[in-house]
Amino acid sequence: MHYTRSKLFSLGMKDCLPLIIAAIPFGIIYGALGQTTSLSPWAVLAMSLFVFAGSAQFIAVGLLAASASWPVIVLTTFFVNFRHLLYSANLLPHIKQYNQKVRIPMAFLLTDESFAVASNYLKEHANQPNFSWYYFGAALFMYLNWQVCTVIGLFIGQSVPNMAEWGLDMAMVVAFIGIVVPCLHNRATLACAVVAGGLSLISYDWPHKTGLLFSAISAIWVAMYLEKQEKTLAEINREAD
Amino acid sequence: MEEFWLIIGMMAVTFGIRYVLFAAADNIEFPDKLKRALNYVPIAVLTAIIFPAVFIPKGELYLSLNNPYIIGAIVAVGISYWKKSMLLTVIIGLIAFALWKFLLLNI
Repeated sequence: MHYTRSKLFSLGMKDCLPLIIAAIPFGIIYGALGQTTSLSPWAVLAMSLFVFAGSAQFIAVGLLAASASWPVIVLTTFFVNFRHLLYSANLLPHIKQYNQKVRIPMAFLLTDESFAVASNYLKEHANQPNFSWYYFGAALFMYLNWQVCTVIGLFIGQSVPNMAEWGLDMAMVVAFIGIVVPCLHNRATLACAVVAGGLSLISYDWPHKTGLLFSAISAIWVAMYLEKQEKTLAEINREAD
Repeated sequence: MEEFWLIIGMMAVTFGIRYVLFAAADNIEFPDKLKRALNYVPIAVLTAIIFPAVFIPKGELYLSLNNPYIIGAIVAVGISYWKKSMLLTVIIGLIAFALWKFLLLNI
């Protein structure tokens, strides 16, 4: 099936909707927490506008509350967001066709959510044209939503106490589960998930979220090993036939 | 002034990480093995985000049926496996989580 550009844009928005809904409480809690720190409301909003990285923003607010200095927070942001390098590497074959004017906003809008939706789409539509339109539909929607929620959080934050304790982060967890589970269709992918999950628990306390990267890279390595093993087995079977 | 440098710094490192490979994309050709490895990125990274959120919800390992995150996650995995629909997974997973939390609070 061949979609027009505007159709692809709205399809991106539609596919991203579950993640947008999941992100709403996050954005509001971020705004609410932000205004309890030494940051001015403008700085809280500016972080959403210019950094646009949910978990790093939360960590920054947490570190500010513990009166960390800005270089420490910037360094932490670097490690926490390092996983985006893996995302951009994964998307690389699909962005080569675009010039830098398109690549810059694509990179700026790259988050866990936009990557999750995009990689899900590319599984089925790797060779379809106009991927950028789909991507921007999903990513711009996510961006706008994040800004609106930050502002709402800044306004209503203090009138809803303990919102951060409600367990609203579960929304993101189930959204990610909805993306990962359909990808698990053989031994290699299953082992990848099990190893990533297990190691992420063991390495949870490592500084600067380095455990996340360690777990992901180890899991990919195990999956590659099993993939190779399966291929060898298939070859042996073919020769036996 | 502090907050100005904080935001500039966070923006620079975040955008830098996201853009560096895109910027150089024309001159990069990954070897086949690396390309195949990168296919596992969504599973590996997203799962490494999911597990701590479910099993370490408050900073400590919480392996118990009283942990509503575990119940919600199990239901979500089941629905996703069965229906392959993200929207359904999100809705039913969240309902299971909320119900379990509510039930435990009221027993």
